[in-house]
Amino acid sequence: MSVNEEFRPKIVAFCCNWCSYAGADLAGSSRLAYPADVKIIRVPCSCRVNPMFILRAFEKGADGVILCGCHPGDCHYSTGNYYARRRMTLLFSMLDFMGVENGRTRVEWVSAAEGVKFSTVMNDFVEKIRSLGENVRLGDLRCKN
Amino acid sequence: MQRIGVFVCHCGSNIAATVDVHKVVELARLEPGVVHAEDYQYMCSEAGQAKIGAAIKEHQLTGLVVCSCSPRMHEATFRKCAQKYGLNPYMVEIANIREHCSWIHKDMQEATEKAVILARAAIAKVNLNTPLQAGESRVTKRALVIGGGIAGIQTALDIADAGYEVDIVEKTPSIGGRMSQLDKTFPTLDCSACILTPKMVDAAGHEKIKIYTYSEVEKVSGFVGDFTVDIRKKARSVDADKCTGCGVCQEKCPSKKTLSEFNRGLGTRSAIYTPFAQAIPNVPVIDRDACIKFKTGKCGVCEKVCQAGAINYAQQDEIITEKYGAIVVATGFDTIKLDKYDEYAYSQSKDVITSLELERVMNAAGPTKGHLERLSDGKAPKEIVFIQCVGSRCSDDRGKPYCSKICCMYTAKHAMLIRDKYPDVNVTVFYIDVRTPGKNFDEFYRRAVEEYGVNYIKGQVGKVAPQPDGSLLVQGVDLLDNKQIKMKADMVVLATAIEPNQGVRNIATMLTASIDTNNFLTEAHPKLRPVESPTAGVFLSGVCQGPKDIPETVSQAGAAAVKVIGLLAKDKLTTNPCTAKADELLCNGCSNCAKVCPYGAITYETCLVNDHGIREERRIAKVNNALCQGCGACTVTCPSGAMDLQGFSNKQLLAEVDAICR
Amino acid sequence: MQELKARALELLKNGTVQRVLGWRIGENTYDPEPAFFDSEEAMKDFVYNNFCAANLSKYMIEACKLEGKTLVCLKPCDSYSFNQLLSEHRIDREKAYIIGVGCKGKLSIEKVSQAGVKGILSVTDTDPLQVTTLYGDTTVAYKDAMLSRCHVCKGKDHVVYDELIGESEDTVDADRFAEVAAIEAMSPEEKFAFFQAELSKCIRCNACRNVCPACSCRKCVFDSNKFDSTQKANVDSFEEKMFHIIRAFHVAGRCTDCGECSRVCPQGIPLHLFNRKFIKDINNLYGEYQAGADVEAKGPLTSFTTEDAEPSVVSQGGIR
Repeated sequence: MSVNEEFRPKIVAFCCNWCSYAGADLAGSSRLAYPADVKIIRVPCSCRVNPMFILRAFEKGADGVILCGCHPGDCHYSTGNYYARRRMTLLFSMLDFMGVENGRTRVEWVSAAEGVKFSTVMNDFVEKIRSLGENVRLGDLRCKN
Repeated sequence: MQRIGVFVCHCGSNIAATVDVHKVVELARLEPGVVHAEDYQYMCSEAGQAKIGAAIKEHQLTGLVVCSCSPRMHEATFRKCAQKYGLNPYMVEIANIREHCSWIHKDMQEATEKAVILARAAIAKVNLNTPLQAGESRVTKRALVIGGGIAGIQTALDIADAGYEVDIVEKTPSIGGRMSQLDKTFPTLDCSACILTPKMVDAAGHEKIKIYTYSEVEKVSGFVGDFTVDIRKKARSVDADKCTGCGVCQEKCPSKKTLSEFNRGLGTRSAIYTPFAQAIPNVPVIDRDACIKFKTGKCGVCEKVCQAGAINYAQQDEIITEKYGAIVVATGFDTIKLDKYDEYAYSQSKDVITSLELERVMNAAGPTKGHLERLSDGKAPKEIVFIQCVGSRCSDDRGKPYCSKICCMYTAKHAMLIRDKYPDVNVTVFYIDVRTPGKNFDEFYRRAVEEYGVNYIKGQVGKVAPQPDGSLLVQGVDLLDNKQIKMKADMVVLATAIEPNQGVRNIATMLTASIDTNNFLTEAHPKLRPVESPTAGVFLSGVCQGPKDIPETVSQAGAAAVKVIGLLAKDKLTTNPCTAKADELLCNGCSNCAKVCPYGAITYETCLVNDHGIREERRIAKVNNALCQGCGACTVTCPSGAMDLQGFSNKQLLAEVDAICR
Repeated sequence: MQELKARALELLKNGTVQRVLGWRIGENTYDPEPAFFDSEEAMKDFVYNNFCAANLSKYMIEACKLEGKTLVCLKPCDSYSFNQLLSEHRIDREKAYIIGVGCKGKLSIEKVSQAGVKGILSVTDTDPLQVTTLYGDTTVAYKDAMLSRCHVCKGKDHVVYDELIGESEDTVDADRFAEVAAIEAMSPEEKFAFFQAELSKCIRCNACRNVCPACSCRKCVFDSNKFDSTQKANVDSFEEKMFHIIRAFHVAGRCTDCGECSRVCPQGIPLHLFNRKFIKDINNLYGEYQAGADVEAKGPLTSFTTEDAEPSVVSQGGIR
């Protein structure tokens, strides 16, 4: 099957307030486009993101979830992203273990100065999700046999 | 149910040119909780804010959603506006339809659809917002400085000059720190004591400064603005009020064989001693481990010779409890132990010394009265080799991974001073890189090379071998000439890596200040908040934060003082209301949240809980709102969901997720 | 068993402990169940045989709320759970008198059935097991009747105890992570098919949650309104799909791999695979860690190093 041009994925991006959200703002003020499929949720820190939020997004129909935080060592709260990094690594590995396409989840460190990176990352992520198509596996782990 | 007003900003054409604002208004109106929606050209303008105010009144709004630019731009504006019109400022949410939408999308339909979804998410969140109150806490207008070196002295002086009381706690018998041990200072070569002692005197004489020497911080509780600290004043065995500092006791003391800490063990001192002549306070201390009276009960010479009757063998440690609004850590550094560096023969030869020991050797008050001589035989050296980066920039676990930063400059200083005073002495420096950024620093190093003829060799020394004739055989490489070097030296000086002082980890634990693997205290932000610890009310001065030279230390000390003054100038502290909060009925008391809290804001209390009729004592997490900065690390660690973050609650964030994925 | 029973009785009678937490004899040799005994009379039903697989440590949460000390019998693997609960302040060491009981690997009647024995009437806990069935007598080798978890046992040393009674025997004859590795080696389609088939069996009876010593929350997040995750009626709800992933994540770094979840699952779902995958990843990425081995240790999810792997390791071939 060729990639469906009409497929518009739902993508949730969790961005920490201090770096990545500001990076997204900079992408905006620099007019660096990325697809409208990406919707950003502001969190104080990447460590605020509970794996349950990510699973919930998938359960409600998201096709991809990306978490963006300050670069390791630059966390506004000094250590938050280090905890987030461990949590997400383990969560992503578990989803991969269960056969969910590992491209649907991603963590990127984007600083407040990296508007270009933010835009590049989002373009790349959307392209990846479009190539994976609609998320079905997380939607029916239990009910359809 | 909330009564929500949605306000869509055109931002001139910034938003309206790409987003169909009328469509956003129209669709927002259909969302649950929304009772009013309108658009306006510039919501942030006075007229725009007035429209919001009028709507609050007319529709009895309980929550606002402003669809506009980034909250980083105008969230504060709209929160103030809400407050002005009688609404809790935390009942406002911003849908960022400019930076995250109109500015990056070209297609109007696409951008409008996205703007509607972003508005929906904000509306879903506001539906779950609760009014939050910023708390207040009081400020004790006194600061504590831990460490009485140049960093601590400078910080204390600056704070005191601004009119606030400062206490300095210094664990050794005198203030002065490492700088008092130095002979000359780079890059101007003025004498260290000449510039330090006036500052010590200033501090001691300042009416706002109280100095506790021979004392240590024992316990810290409380939080920013309101710390309670126990200080242990160790027994000096000398009554400071009576002592005149005449020094007779030290002269007459029969126990004189203790190695002098001040002279880095190169000389000895008496059991009753002041570390150095200019010590402040000029009140000696009896070293009870060395004192004959304490060891055998017989002696008592000092008591007999003291005309002031100041000797008091029965003196006990004293605990002083004091309140502080701010605490500055200025605990400084030491050189690393060289027991893992046998190749440099430090423990085998008296003529292999560290740079700090050389400072004492070159100092007129030092063990050799300032004469450059070999410590083994007292002969004048003719050939001196300096080895740089001993334990610094080290990739294995023998040394430190970081650059100690001061060594290149002090080695150039030593080399230059020796060549200046003893022109017949050859000086060779082995280095990996010469790092001399800083005002007049590179010029200084070049003078050492160009004017004073110091022989710099790029390369490391592999071995220093003591020879039967008393000389030292130095084997190294010259990387530029790509050849092995074997040379004889009379003295070898090791630029030994520096590390934070012993005990700083203990202090960091007491303060719940974070500390890195090298025992340097962590700053709140490496670039933007370099003198603050992530723990509110705790500030960093000097090398405890990272390697620094004197000018840097002094400027950082001043910066720390400014931050302290800024804090003490306030009567009350307003606390961020977006803090974590534990639901006491759900909390397991498992302690996992406290383990990830970077601010030490979480403690546990045993509380009597009424859980739907079951009354029992439970261990429950309590968040100190004055310390919590609202990162949310604890909320994810909590398996039961007891810990939640106000303003970014689990339900609020899930509502946003649901709204976006709908 | 007699020595243990006698000692427990002695401690109960002399007032050292107020009650004994152990196993009560069932109708058959193979179905002893956890129980509290507070009198000599009650102790008549006390049993400790090779079918006593239940991990009693979690019962100490409630026992610690009672007056006086409780004698608790802990097998080597249970002692890890006890320590983990201790480190999380869920139980009080002072309120427990721990007898570390020996373990020769625990038996499971399901394993006997799986070995092809039908119509079981009675069974011994000896090696080999003597089984009386409707169709006559037979024997089953001890190893074949042992719980799978015992084949990958953590070891027979108790990490916490007041006294030890009884002999243990080494039972390890398999690689603890072989099952996980086998799944890791599958294609995504095969993995998904495997877990979809397994998780589709789940009836949400909560047996795994109730037995798990790490799942000791006063109120489970799936029963509270904190996450909007309680919608039992709706089959399409959040919890139905994500329950096991979230449960495993909540116990990640805290799970001692006691294997009780898989033992009690009435549907036979190999739930320990989730926990063991996390443990394997943690060991690979953050260094060997055994929850409960050290009460003072910081767990892998409440600590970090600045050099930790990036989450992208997962998409770059996964953590093996």
